[in-house]
Amino acid sequence: MTIGASSDPGTSAAVADEVRRYERRVAIRMAVRRVAVFVSFLVVLAFAYTGYKAFGGAIDDAQTEWPVVGSFLPRSDDLTMPPLLDIAAEVSVPPQRNNAKPLGVFVLEAALFTLREAALGFFLGVILGIGIAVLLVRSKWLERGVSPYIVASQTIPLVAIAPIVIIWGRTSLDWLPFTWEDWMSVALIATYLTFFPVAVNGLRGLHSPAPEDVELMASYAATPNQTLVRLRLPASTPYLFVAFKLAATVAVVGAIVGEISAGVRGGLGRLILDFAGRYTTGPERLYVSVAGAAALGILAFGLVTLSQRFVRAARVRESVST
Amino acid sequence: MKRWTRSSSRLALVLGALAMVAAACGSTDDTTTTTAAAAPDDTTTTTAAATTTAPPEAMTDVTLQLQWFTQSQFAGYYAAVDQGFYEEVGLNVEILEGGVDIVPAVVLDSGAADFAISWVPRGLVPREEGLDITNIAQPFQRSATLQVSFKDAGITGVEDLAGRTVGNWGFGNEFELLAGLRSAGLDPETDVELVQQQFDMLALISGDIDAAQAMIYNEYAQVLETVNPDTGELYQPEDLDVINWNDVGTAMLQDAIWADEGRLASDPVYRETAVKFVEASLRGWIYCRDNPGSCVDIVLAAGPTLGESHQTWQLNEINALIWPSPLGVGIMDQALWDQTIDIATSEAILDAPPTAGAFITDIAQEAVDNLKSAGLDVIGNDWQRVDVVLVAGGD
Repeated sequence: MTIGASSDPGTSAAVADEVRRYERRVAIRMAVRRVAVFVSFLVVLAFAYTGYKAFGGAIDDAQTEWPVVGSFLPRSDDLTMPPLLDIAAEVSVPPQRNNAKPLGVFVLEAALFTLREAALGFFLGVILGIGIAVLLVRSKWLERGVSPYIVASQTIPLVAIAPIVIIWGRTSLDWLPFTWEDWMSVALIATYLTFFPVAVNGLRGLHSPAPEDVELMASYAATPNQTLVRLRLPASTPYLFVAFKLAATVAVVGAIVGEISAGVRGGLGRLILDFAGRYTTGPERLYVSVAGAAALGILAFGLVTLSQRFVRAARVRESVST
Repeated sequence: MKRWTRSSSRLALVLGALAMVAAACGSTDDTTTTTAAAAPDDTTTTTAAATTTAPPEAMTDVTLQLQWFTQSQFAGYYAAVDQGFYEEVGLNVEILEGGVDIVPAVVLDSGAADFAISWVPRGLVPREEGLDITNIAQPFQRSATLQVSFKDAGITGVEDLAGRTVGNWGFGNEFELLAGLRSAGLDPETDVELVQQQFDMLALISGDIDAAQAMIYNEYAQVLETVNPDTGELYQPEDLDVINWNDVGTAMLQDAIWADEGRLASDPVYRETAVKFVEASLRGWIYCRDNPGSCVDIVLAAGPTLGESHQTWQLNEINALIWPSPLGVGIMDQALWDQTIDIATSEAILDAPPTAGAFITDIAQEAVDNLKSAGLDVIGNDWQRVDVVLVAGGD
């Protein structure tokens, strides 16, 4: 069937099909464009880095009495800014002489370990955040009373709560049917960061339906629960996805900081701290592990973006087919 | 209402799928636990130094909180696990690594660990604040803290620090330096410029500071693992001047084994466990003294990103902090304790000298006696430093 036939009400399936195909084409084109932009920015950054190194080195040689590079501009020597090729080469070098495992594999394994903490932290944060939003949207009083505390919770530095969570996890959770491990405490530390954007944005999203829509629901004699499920929650989806993206990156940060703070072995935080302490003798190793952390953050963000597209595609199809 | 249900179910599906990703990541490897290795192996140490000769049927679970990460600084404990020394005395020891914000004394007091490794001042300060802990063994008899500078700075003694930019780590790591400055008649407030230093030696090598704080077993070696851009070779000990606080006389005691004081008094089983734990730990240190190569391998296996030559250097220097132990390994030297307390009180780290029971020697003495009767050398007069060849990057 052709597009022209779509005026016939019986061919809405064909229209949906067409829309789906169009959607997919757009998605592929966008994905390609996105990757191209990302890669070209990477190249630009690499040039900027290398260029600054060359420029800094030249200035450094020339400067005598009034140092520019190294005073208000960062140093550009190989210890401060290792050559990019050295950093790339370090990926395949084993950190231990008699152990064949290259650094890249260590970083990959550590990234998986941290991803597990971040993912658990993300989900607990999403559940907690949506729970809080749903609770607060019910009552103006509750919203006014609780909101300041939610904000205040984010001003407590992680370093203050991390040891408490770790010790609590080790001493108070032996009644659980499974063994509580330190990485789960780190996930809780990440949760502490992730619930906040979800709760705040979720609440905004639940409040987002226009008053006339809410009144319409009231005129149908819908219960608050029905209004929540049929109007408020669907309306909050775009707000929630903004929050999810924030939460995903913050979960990675929280997991890494939690590991550093609590000394949990196996993840990127521990690896970064380890190599930071030995920076003088191998700055490339730290750069590689930090690059791993950056990649993990981008991956987390990308996963959420992908899932948003998946959900949005479903909505578009529904609006066409109904 | 089809309109919301389908997209919402997709949302739920997405969340579910991501949750499964999380669960899948979970199946990789187990983490902090380093439990006793297989059968005890007595090929190198001739006699078994166990209080009980046959492994007892019921094993006691013990957790040890370290002050920092796996490295040769804690080699004795890792060796005791690996060589089955703990197992022989009926202990199943789990070693917990430290973290940036983990205070071993607090972890110990909370009950989240049975024993902890901590520097003496870092145990005494929380003890003064009310934590119920006590020092039961003092393996490190010397301080490892140095102030390192390049030869051309001409800092050969404490008095040469006058007018210089002096790096230190802060957070309680600076007291030997402060006391040392005062002992040379310098006022730390006005006569030197004290700056906070990172836990690497970049500031010294870049020339931002004239003298840097360094542990002889760690940061000092890092300088020697760095290529000197002027020569193209690694920096050599001859390129450096070192102020050693042991020589200046302001050294403070470092790694000690701490236990829960109240539990020792009230729980005879815990006290018995403490004796066994100290005995097997000290046996681990004796093993590392007599078998440094194998001991480094144990550390490297426990910390697979650590550099081999760096850890070999570290163990050599750690051995120098322990051996010789004239009173027997792990027994507190009263004079060094008094010196530590003197500095701690005069530098106002502590408000007052610690109350009675801040350290006890009976547990360590019992452990040492057991080791001695098993024929082990608990003093180590014959121990000598070996030459460790450092390679670039400490690899």
